[in-house]
Amino acid sequence: MPPGLNPYQKAKVHVTQKRSQLQRFFHGAGDLVSFAGRYFREVVRPPYEWREIFYQCYLVGYKSIFLIGLTAFIMGVVLTIQTRPSMADFGAISLIPGMISVSVVREIGPVITALICCGKIGSRMGAELGSMKVTEQIDAMEVSAINPFRYLVVTRTLATTLMIPLLAIFADAIALYGGFVAMNIHDTTSLRHFFVAALGHLGFIDVVPSIIKTFFFGFVIGLIGCYKGWHARRGTESVGVAANSAVVASSLAVFIIDMLAAQITDLLL
Amino acid sequence: MTQQINDIAEQKRIAGNEQQEPVITIRGLKKSFKDHNVLQSVALEVHKGENLVILGKSGSGKSVLIKCLVGLEWPDEGEISVLGQDISTLRYDELNALRVRVGFLFQNAALYDSMTVRENLSFPLRMHKKTMTQEKKDAVIMEMLDNVGLVDAIDQMPSRLSGGQSKRIGLARTLILRPEIMLYDEPTTGLDTGTSREISELMVRTKKKYNISSITITHDMPCAKLTADRIIMMKEGVVVAEGSYEELEKSEDEWIRSFFH
Ligand SMILES: Nc1ncnc2c1ncn2[C@@H]1O[C@H](COP(=O)(O)OP(=O)(O)O)[C@@H](O)[C@H]1O
Ligand SMILES: [Mg+2]
Repeated sequence: MPPGLNPYQKAKVHVTQKRSQLQRFFHGAGDLVSFAGRYFREVVRPPYEWREIFYQCYLVGYKSIFLIGLTAFIMGVVLTIQTRPSMADFGAISLIPGMISVSVVREIGPVITALICCGKIGSRMGAELGSMKVTEQIDAMEVSAINPFRYLVVTRTLATTLMIPLLAIFADAIALYGGFVAMNIHDTTSLRHFFVAALGHLGFIDVVPSIIKTFFFGFVIGLIGCYKGWHARRGTESVGVAANSAVVASSLAVFIIDMLAAQITDLLL
Repeated sequence: MTQQINDIAEQKRIAGNEQQEPVITIRGLKKSFKDHNVLQSVALEVHKGENLVILGKSGSGKSVLIKCLVGLEWPDEGEISVLGQDISTLRYDELNALRVRVGFLFQNAALYDSMTVRENLSFPLRMHKKTMTQEKKDAVIMEMLDNVGLVDAIDQMPSRLSGGQSKRIGLARTLILRPEIMLYDEPTTGLDTGTSREISELMVRTKKKYNISSITITHDMPCAKLTADRIIMMKEGVVVAEGSYEELEKSEDEWIRSFFH
């Protein structure tokens, strides 16, 4: 900001800057929508690069499964430990498994999985495609008559769309197991008893909308990671920028989708 | 019988025409980025079997020019015809069919860095030669690596290769689809004199071996001398001079001579 401005002028400069940020945001959102449009046009057209799709599925699963498992376990433990005192006050210890399972399956499992994947998968895809863009590897594919959008973006986005729901289910199971372990600090329950109580409490409305939303999480994580890399500018520093903004934008998108999903589920109830 | 003779005559006529007709024709090509006019009415022709060298200071739009030939950039105005096809009228699949016939060597080789050298070479084959047997593919890969003298590097990752080696692998990867035209973007920039010379000689050898027509962008005068059949010089987006190496070397013009001395 130039020096020697009165407060009114300062405020004006500030507002103009904010406005141009807002314009950039909407501009970016528009670009992303047309990128998604291209994805849908390409994804419905066979043939598919099965080899690359399987490889990407493997990478998505393999790169994040340990971290997701560990985090989910800890969340299950913490949730149980923190819920226990208030449940004990009501003498409702036996309701803990059901409570845990509802919050894990509806919210914690999917969201934790998605956020970890934003960090691990989204950033990797942003950096990978960004560096391919900067070093002209994407152009090299294009001129050797290989459609780089199909080969890179379609395969990666399909892989996250398919794998993140599976990872979320895995996270749910591990978080519940964490809950079971924490239950056994003060009380004793058998694994079977715990899971019967936990799963018995789940209804259609807990499970199905939550699984549906994880497909959307997977879709936006792959699409935004690829989008940020695909639109990386020239110069090596833009690779870092692409990776970083992929994480920020996809995490934000995950929360927005989560909120919309909650609203829609609420309306359907 | 008459039909057959007619067919042969027809084929000869087509072959004869190809010899006369340039493989690349550019007319009135203009291209700007926002308000920056990069190319202002460029015109050139490349004949069959010829290597046309483009000289010009960096930033004069040479890369943009050859990117327009393969649809990596789209001109604002002008006509481009490659192997007899007007590229602005092609559909995406037609453009891709043409791209297979035109090889492009990028300034930094642009090897796929997640793949080994072997995978870099087999990738275009896998995508375009679906009917070719694996043995045949392996044979072609070995032939191409042999051409560039890097058979030993077959299982290396690109990050382990030197600049000159990357360029040579890049060339092998491009030649594997047997292009009729090669576009070289600064093939020797950033390499030491000895390696530059090797690359230039390799370009001359492959041109003879596969009868390739080409455009070469370079600042490297020894490379131009060795490879050029004809040279054009670009300054601020226009072609300012044309001739053989010897002709241009003797030019009166201060700016032209500055390249040669
Ligand atoms: N995609 C692009 N967007 C904006 N400007 C570009 C783009 N590509 C090239 N330019 C500009 O065009 C000019 C010519 O670039 P280039 O053809 O790469 O030059 P050179 O002759 O060194 O190969 C440069 O000033 C460059 O900044
Ligand atoms: Mg250049």
